[in-house]
Amino acid sequence: MNFKNFKLDLSNKNKDLIPQILTVLLLVLVIIYFTINAQNNMGNRGISFGFGFLSQESSFDITFSLIDYDGSHSYAKAFLVGLLNTILVSAIGIFFATILGVTVGIGRLSQNYLIAKAAEWYVEIFRNIPLILQIFFWYFAALRALPLTVDSINFYDISFLNVKGWYVPKFVWTNFSIFFYSIIAAVISIIFVSKYAKKQRDEFGKQLPTFYISIGLLIGLPFLTFLIGGVSLSFQIPELNQLSKTVYVYRGGVSIIPELISLALALSMYTATFIAENVRAGILGVNKGQKEAAASIGLTKGQILKLVVMPQALRIIIPPTTNQYLNLTKNSSLAAAIAYPDIVLVFAGTALMQTGRAIEIISITMLTYLSLSLSISVFMNWYNKKMAIKEK
Amino acid sequence: MKNILIKPSKEHLSNFVSLGGFLIFIGFFDVLANTFLDLNLTGFLPSKLSYLAPLIIGTIGLYFIRIEFSGNKLLDKINTNFNSSNLNAVLTLIVIFSLIKYIPPLLNWFIFDANFAGNVKEDCTGDGACWVFVKVWFNRFVYGMYPDAEQWRINSAFIMLFALVGASFFVPLKFKKYLLIFLLFIYPIIGLKLISGGDFGLKYVETGAWGGLSLTFIVSAFALILCFPIGMFLALGRRSNLPAIRYTSIGFIELWRGVPLITVLFMSAVMFPMFLPDGTYVDKLIRVLIAITLFEAAYMAEVIRGGLQALPKGQYEAAKSLGMGYWRMHFLIILPQALKLVIPGIANTFLALVKDTPLIFVVGLLELAGMVNLAKTNPKWLGMAMEGYVFAGLVFWVICYAMSRYSQNLEKKLSTER
Repeated sequence: MNFKNFKLDLSNKNKDLIPQILTVLLLVLVIIYFTINAQNNMGNRGISFGFGFLSQESSFDITFSLIDYDGSHSYAKAFLVGLLNTILVSAIGIFFATILGVTVGIGRLSQNYLIAKAAEWYVEIFRNIPLILQIFFWYFAALRALPLTVDSINFYDISFLNVKGWYVPKFVWTNFSIFFYSIIAAVISIIFVSKYAKKQRDEFGKQLPTFYISIGLLIGLPFLTFLIGGVSLSFQIPELNQLSKTVYVYRGGVSIIPELISLALALSMYTATFIAENVRAGILGVNKGQKEAAASIGLTKGQILKLVVMPQALRIIIPPTTNQYLNLTKNSSLAAAIAYPDIVLVFAGTALMQTGRAIEIISITMLTYLSLSLSISVFMNWYNKKMAIKEK
Repeated sequence: MKNILIKPSKEHLSNFVSLGGFLIFIGFFDVLANTFLDLNLTGFLPSKLSYLAPLIIGTIGLYFIRIEFSGNKLLDKINTNFNSSNLNAVLTLIVIFSLIKYIPPLLNWFIFDANFAGNVKEDCTGDGACWVFVKVWFNRFVYGMYPDAEQWRINSAFIMLFALVGASFFVPLKFKKYLLIFLLFIYPIIGLKLISGGDFGLKYVETGAWGGLSLTFIVSAFALILCFPIGMFLALGRRSNLPAIRYTSIGFIELWRGVPLITVLFMSAVMFPMFLPDGTYVDKLIRVLIAITLFEAAYMAEVIRGGLQALPKGQYEAAKSLGMGYWRMHFLIILPQALKLVIPGIANTFLALVKDTPLIFVVGLLELAGMVNLAKTNPKWLGMAMEGYVFAGLVFWVICYAMSRYSQNLEKKLSTER
């Protein structure tokens, strides 16, 4: 072989290939190393990798559950209880954070100097204190200062707040499923009505009162089920029972545990500051000329807001706000700090302690959050594509 | 509607202003008397109406003084800023009245009725806050369980850090580079060695004893220094043309961004040891630092990627046409500009990092918030949760607020230079 003319072929293709191969090789090696170690460690402890434990009896109780659960149910069911609790507190948090955030965000743009300043200070104060401290504050300091069961704060004799939690009336339904289907039917018909209204507007220039029709459908259809569908609703009001001379307890109704209250409070107040900033940025981001142009073609103030300002502001507001919703859901895992039985506490805490299956349980927990995040980001990408300005 | 009501007009300016001013005065007087003198002037009304009376009277008063272009500068200013409509009038009054009602008791709790003197819980006799608690535990809140005799080591490590950072603002540009390299690569080792000890005649202090505010600073400072370069490489990796590197980076970033920090810390505590050979022990603090660093690096990568995407294509092309390779192009041309663009984002990530440090309690490390949690369960100091959390909240707030202000200033300064 003629070594004189030999040259290592470093054409572009090979130059690109080497770092890639190295990366993949490194990744594979790390994974293999970890797997071998994990197998050895588990072998030493006499456990083998597998998800069979999920069907075993969990034999621990959970203080707060949306579905029927006790210690005789399986670990899989305990996981479900934790997941539902996570979803519950996230949904409550998202609901209130949105209301509060939009209010504060609009407040920051108020002409009223006091309101603008108050909103600004709300944002500055609650954004700059760690969320976990806020949760601790509400749970260990503020809610502990509530009165005892005997001297509960009374809301019109139907709802009671004390240090043990908040007792609210329970809804007792008969034929709930019919009611539920009627709501679904109402939503579907609203979609059809708005499509029809859009067609009318595009083809004949006619404006239908879509908003009032929708409201009517949404209230009317479920109301009809009360009249003819055999649906009825009654309230079970919590009552004070005396167990012994000094021990009082509320029976009946639904009790909202203080863990849930403080978690939802802290999550919504913290996330609201970020949503407020998004809303403010969104409204400021709409060009002034847009409003003036809309006014000059004779749209009313309400129409300007609905047809011109909001669609453009929402395009700016929604992507970061969805991100905040996602953050709120992930932050709800701080529940573990105050023993609210969410997925982390129930599954990555108690269940892990009992079974010792660190790898399986932590992977399931992380995968749950991961799939939640990924599905939201897939939705976000779809939404961004749909909402992007289509230039001709 | 407006025909029925008396319409305030400019002709009767003084009449309307004095009438409105009188009504507003009554409203304020009622609230003030109610708060400070325990006197209910409108007690003869039904309870709900009596409660709302100052608001209604004040709103009517504000309605009367709402006269546009009155010629009086002060009046015009009040009207445009506080009283532009009935809704704004009500909101203004609600804000002012609630300030009058709630600020005094808050101040009383904080300062006037609070207890500062003493050393035990029984010294707290007033109704207000018991700051004695914070005073007694202050040492623990700052240094954790670190031995008292050795605390000078933490102090000197931090004084050294501040001196170095301060010096980097003043030294000539020529030495700045070396100072930064020293700060980023050599100082962390010196600082860590100084605090942990074990050599040079320093007593070894295990990481379990570290805690309090100093641990907050240690964790955030280390994670901050380490997550930046990792995030930068991940951002470059995600924008790379090489599929294997790109997909590895994407997978890594999305994995960390998709899960809450608390599960990552759980993972570092219970799952990570399973992946190491049997018998290897990695210190708790190191594991936590690795976990937080990787977690924040993923967020940092996304921020930096935003900056890279915002740069015009011409910058890349110009660098390439000068014959620069990939690394020279990025480190000399692209990254300096891209990082400048995303300073607010970087600052936000750092802020999030500082606010996330209390979470290390899940592995048993107690920084400031964790120390408060511990102190309030001490049998001698039960019932002091409020004081502890308010103190910790104030400390964190000052740190985070100062940081966000600084980043805003930096952003302004850099944007005017362009």
